[in-house]
Amino acid sequence: MSFFSVDNLSINFGGIKAVDGVTFDVNKGEVFTIIGPNGAGKTTIFNLVSRIYQSTGGKLTFDGTDITNVPPHRIAALGIARTFQNIELFEHATLLQNLLLARHAHKKSNFFSELMFLPSVRRMELEHREAVEKAIDFLDLQQYRDSFIVNLPYGVRKVTELARALCTDPKLLLLDEPSSGLNVEETEDMAFWIQDIRNLLGITVLMVEHDMSLVSAVSDRVLALNYGRPLAMGTPGEVQSHPEVIRAYLGG
Amino acid sequence: MRFQFKTSYNQDIRLFKDKVDASWYGLLAVAVLIVPALMSDYYVGEATWVFIYAIGGISLMALVGYTGLVSLGHAAFLGIGAYGHAYFLQHGVPWVVSVTLAVAITTASGIVVGLPALRMTGIYLTIATLAFGVIIQEVFSRWESVTHGFAGMPVEKPTIFGVPFHDEWSFYYLCLFFLVLVLWMTRNLLRSPTGRAWIAIRDSEIAAQSMGVNLAIYKSIAFAYSAGLMGLAGALFAHKIAYLAPDIFTILLSIQFLLLVIVGGLGSLHGAVFGAIFVALLPPLIAILRDSIPASMNDAAAAMNIKLLAIIGEGIGNFLKKPGVEAGIFGLILVLVILLEPLGMYGRWVKIRVFFSTFPMYRGATFKRQKSYMRSERLR
Repeated sequence: MSFFSVDNLSINFGGIKAVDGVTFDVNKGEVFTIIGPNGAGKTTIFNLVSRIYQSTGGKLTFDGTDITNVPPHRIAALGIARTFQNIELFEHATLLQNLLLARHAHKKSNFFSELMFLPSVRRMELEHREAVEKAIDFLDLQQYRDSFIVNLPYGVRKVTELARALCTDPKLLLLDEPSSGLNVEETEDMAFWIQDIRNLLGITVLMVEHDMSLVSAVSDRVLALNYGRPLAMGTPGEVQSHPEVIRAYLGG
Repeated sequence: MRFQFKTSYNQDIRLFKDKVDASWYGLLAVAVLIVPALMSDYYVGEATWVFIYAIGGISLMALVGYTGLVSLGHAAFLGIGAYGHAYFLQHGVPWVVSVTLAVAITTASGIVVGLPALRMTGIYLTIATLAFGVIIQEVFSRWESVTHGFAGMPVEKPTIFGVPFHDEWSFYYLCLFFLVLVLWMTRNLLRSPTGRAWIAIRDSEIAAQSMGVNLAIYKSIAFAYSAGLMGLAGALFAHKIAYLAPDIFTILLSIQFLLLVIVGGLGSLHGAVFGAIFVALLPPLIAILRDSIPASMNDAAAAMNIKLLAIIGEGIGNFLKKPGVEAGIFGLILVLVILLEPLGMYGRWVKIRVFFSTFPMYRGATFKRQKSYMRSERLR
């Protein structure tokens, strides 16, 4: 039984088959990347995995449990965290608040204890803060702690989203185009961090990415999609030289 | 410039940032406590209005400013709290029990109104709450066995555990107590997971969901909490106004509360209090100006022997006496605030504070608004 498996996953939007019978397995501790031209259904797969979309067919299994019909807010508690292609941070809150929110799945307090701010709530808040500080140290975000997200540059927001995903203590991390909008140095940092997330934190990474140099540098296996259907799967080198993949990107 | 050295995580959880901050609030507390000793009953009564409006403002702030759900039906919750409390008092229920019941009923009605909020967003939700407000107002005028309809319903003055709160100053302290309690509770929620979940829902529902926030539950909590506070404000409102009639709880009152949170500054508790000061004190201010401007201009004209001044004063006075001027001034101020200071009075307050704390190094562009990125395909 593999760590995370997608079995014959499909979704239709009206008559369009956005994802059509996609099957793949992700092993524990691997970086698995999905590539494909625009509109291939990569982000749709992410939205299906994080249960924002309801699939019209197929099965999702994570860590031995069937998550095909789990409500979206239960996904984080199961150990799946994600980032978004177009950053979805809480813009009018501080970076610290953004990261603390990611601890929501681990909260133990109820409404009334929070209303009174009982000592147990304070203890829990301090524990959450410590977990958040680990992510801040890991991604070098110390100086931005109290800044509002609206005032932060794009590159920092991108890293903040990664930090927020890490704060949920995930076992599987979904990264939707981690390098989009980043400059060369920032992309290099991102590559290092993705490797560290896998090697030091032991988190499995499922990624959608366009930058092929980043894909080749960090991924163990790559799946190429086109029009919602899988084209090829294998090591980055194998997939890049696959004739179907070349045809999908270059036409012909 | 004041430096804050953070050495423990508790510093970010505390109610007050540091000792300087706490001492300012201490000073404010002393000032608020000695007001009744210095002022006439009329002004103490107006200050009590500020407190009641502030409780209502915090209620709407939790919903509009923090959770991002706009309601145009909050006058109905105020009315449910007021009528409920008055009804229970009439039937001999002790004050504390009566308030608790009134708050419980409004909380329950808040949950019921919040249910459509789970499916509706933006303008559609606002229209649903507007409809609720209109329906409830109709209920107030028709359900005569409880509300006495347009005949009105007198409300006796509060007596709590045998202690009478019958004069202006004692009721002032009662309202102050509830305002501080409500501020403290709301602040507690905002520094714990519930408040953060509200803010998350306001800024990005999809991300909030992916981080484990159950949208349905937290939107319902926001509606219930907001309605409950409005019910409490309603109970105090009933005592203050002393005589309930259905035409008090109109859509205009709901708009006034919305105006309160926007002028005060969305997304801050300070804003709710500032907004309450503005909304509660503007009508008496207009009333005072209506009489004092013609009088003082007349005096000036007599002293300087210029007839024109008296005529201008007379004109201003007559203009302010016209019906609808008050609503017009409210509207004008709302438009000006949205155009010139979207962060409201609290935003202006922060700017003034930063100006003085960084003087003379204040940079003109510190608060310049930036054009933010357009998001191409935001999921909703």
